[in-house]
Amino acid sequence: MKYPHDTFPGGLKLAGHKAISNQQTIQEAPLSKHFVLPLHQHIGEASLPNVEVGDKVLKGQKIASAQDYVSVPLHAPTSGTIIDISEQPIPHPSGLSAPCITLEADGKDEWINLDPVADFTTLSEHEIRQRIRDAGIVGLGGAGFPSFIKLNPHTHHHVETLIINGIECEPYITCDDMLMRERADKIIAGIVIIRRALRVKQCIIAIEDNKPEAATAMQQAIENRSDIGDTDVMVIPTRYPAGSEKQLVQAVTGKTVPSGGLPLDVSIVCHNVGTCYAIAQAIFHGEPLISRIVTVTGEAVDKPRNFETLIGTPINLLLEHCGSKLSEDDHLIMGGPMMGFELLRYDLPVIKTCNCVLTRISSSKPKPQPLPCIRCGDCAVACPVSLLPQQLYWYTRANDLEKARDYNLFDCIECGCCSYVCPSEIPLVQYFRYAKTEAMTIEAEKRKSEHARDRYDTRLARIALEKEEKAERQRQRKAALAASKKAAEAEKQAEQQDTPT
Amino acid sequence: MKLFGLTSPFLVGNSRVTKHMIQLLLALIPALGALVYYFGYGVLINLIFATIVALLVEAFMLHLRGRPLKPFLTDGSAIVTAVLLALALPSLAPWWLTVIGIIFAIVFAKHLYGGLGYNPFNPAMAAYVLLLISFPVEMTSWLPVNSINDHPLSFTHTFQAIFSGQLPAGLTLDTISGATPLDEMKTAIGQSVDPIFVTNHKLYGMIGGKGWEVVNLCFLIGGLFLIYRRVISWHIPVAMLASLALISSITYFITPHTSATPLLHLLSGGTMICAFFIATDPVTASTTLRGRLIFGAGIGLLTYIIRVWGGYADGIAFAVLLMNMLVPTIDYYTQPVTYGHKK
Ligand code: SF4
Ligand code: SF4
Repeated sequence: MKYPHDTFPGGLKLAGHKAISNQQTIQEAPLSKHFVLPLHQHIGEASLPNVEVGDKVLKGQKIASAQDYVSVPLHAPTSGTIIDISEQPIPHPSGLSAPCITLEADGKDEWINLDPVADFTTLSEHEIRQRIRDAGIVGLGGAGFPSFIKLNPHTHHHVETLIINGIECEPYITCDDMLMRERADKIIAGIVIIRRALRVKQCIIAIEDNKPEAATAMQQAIENRSDIGDTDVMVIPTRYPAGSEKQLVQAVTGKTVPSGGLPLDVSIVCHNVGTCYAIAQAIFHGEPLISRIVTVTGEAVDKPRNFETLIGTPINLLLEHCGSKLSEDDHLIMGGPMMGFELLRYDLPVIKTCNCVLTRISSSKPKPQPLPCIRCGDCAVACPVSLLPQQLYWYTRANDLEKARDYNLFDCIECGCCSYVCPSEIPLVQYFRYAKTEAMTIEAEKRKSEHARDRYDTRLARIALEKEEKAERQRQRKAALAASKKAAEAEKQAEQQDTPT
Repeated sequence: MKLFGLTSPFLVGNSRVTKHMIQLLLALIPALGALVYYFGYGVLINLIFATIVALLVEAFMLHLRGRPLKPFLTDGSAIVTAVLLALALPSLAPWWLTVIGIIFAIVFAKHLYGGLGYNPFNPAMAAYVLLLISFPVEMTSWLPVNSINDHPLSFTHTFQAIFSGQLPAGLTLDTISGATPLDEMKTAIGQSVDPIFVTNHKLYGMIGGKGWEVVNLCFLIGGLFLIYRRVISWHIPVAMLASLALISSITYFITPHTSATPLLHLLSGGTMICAFFIATDPVTASTTLRGRLIFGAGIGLLTYIIRVWGGYADGIAFAVLLMNMLVPTIDYYTQPVTYGHKK
């Protein structure tokens, strides 16, 4: 399929380092003894445990239910016993702890009774969504948004194009690449289901041109399948961050998603290839999302590769299995080198959105003291959303968040292109993340104080009203008193007059 | 375990301020060679002297402001300022002229505004203009190019001339200095005399002013190197040269007898050093791409206006400073449209 030229501006041509980890087939990760399963692995509300400590569970059994519309359930990755439900350290940029269910494996890895669907055309769109939700599927590309919501076109939208994201633009990560190479048929099967749920005519599978094997495999899988409809592979020039949803939409269709909006606003829905695979597993095999492909790569492992990993597996088990040579001052990153975050401990669990565990990379050294901004504008040239990072930096440093918002701070996708190119080595994204959090906190506080003010105002009004009423009553009383006094006096006078002297 | 982690991106590009400055200095070498060849050792002596003074002043200012010395001294910006100013000074500029210029550039035009990155005006050009206004005689005493110079000075004599003001017996600054092609042009236009730059004029070289044309071509070569190395973007130089070429072509076409040729404009005075090395100073130029085109074109236009109608022979420094003033406005009106926003 032809690649249109009207694509996103800026971006970076980065060395891929993909060959480090894509030379080996996907392997099954060793079965851990313990699994730590955070209740909150997706965007939206956390799930709610429906098991208790001491319960025996089977592989694939639901152990926590969705709490709200934007929420999905959680399943046991293997059979065993629930040994703990408490706060545990989780893999998150904040390095904080959150409620988790801990499962001790019994080693039998015994499945619950599954409910596969042989002919998915017997399912209604709603049933498809329900099954996908019940399977706990979230976007596996990184964000972790519950997938069933993105399979609902809603009544007022009509979806024209389904874009399947096989871009994987971050260096080092190869989990999608390997999945496409090895399991293209399953991905295509998932796409067929998504097409049905969305009732979409056209589907484009976008793959960067540094993954020719994956593109060929996907093309082949399309040809093998008769009910795939209008679906094409589009090979896109490798440029970071083409895999970011908004940039992907622009690269594939030339359209742009309105600020603060969704691709759905321009009749587009995007799903990641890993999600398609998980959907096929859920419908055709009845298997919930209890595992994912994780790339373990970088210079500090002997045998970098991709693992089919059960959710909740501790990362150090993967590292050991790859021959880790991590030393004390090495950095461990979850995700890619451009948008991932550092893990401060090695025993954190793999979660649904963990696509890559990256060990030592040559340039992840502490950065030197940044120089002042020399206004070279390189950051603006690199910014894929056409922001002016140097202006944003200027205003966030001055803590003028209003001005930063005027310069569209909230359209920043935190891709890191600006920081990457800055010759003064200013950690620009760090400033923008801070500014966003700060601006949101201020906003929330303002709302809170407005609320409080409202309450205060009503109280003042009530008091004023009461005062007035009181005054009115007093006046009336006084008036009455005066009137009665007068009357009394008049009476007295009359009396006096009457009284003969 | 570690307490404080790194944050993404973990990858960094290989662009560095210091690296840029070094490449900028490298790119000046051909032109420096040409200047020394045509105007004597004074250029080189001035340049080295200016650099030393600049580093001392910079270190002093950093010390006063309590800033770390090493990162800022090695960022190269003080050296670049010194070198650009030195190249703009006449080759026999007395030492105190250089000192005043450097002090003004680094103390007033840079540090008092907050240091590197915060200065609205190009320090070298601000200093140049100050010197030009305060010391017009010293600043306009250019030696004629060597080939038509009747009294070429030796290295020692040049050194003496700069540091003690002593010229070899029998010579005065007046007798040895001469008009530059741009001076000639200005005078000629003032008197509305016929073509001055006919090929047999002694100041005329192959296509422009004698010596100056080669110097300018050397700056051009250095500039192209910088664009090739992506130290500078093409926008400002191209816009500036195009606007200067365009307006001088138009006037030359209308009044060929009283106008200098476009080539003379392009290859005289500070045209090329300005286009590639001065106007492209990121700190004081516009930062948006469209803004850079406007900024460059403005400098070209103003340079022409000042050269032809203004009070000074070369308008480069004034043009740059005037456009520096407009940068905030230009930047404001040339913001790119953010993704997902309406035009
Ligand atoms: S890249 Fe860095 S130095 Fe250049 S304008 Fe942006 S923030 Fe300033
Ligand atoms: S991090 Fe934000 S400002 Fe920087 S390049 Fe990416 S989108 Fe632009």
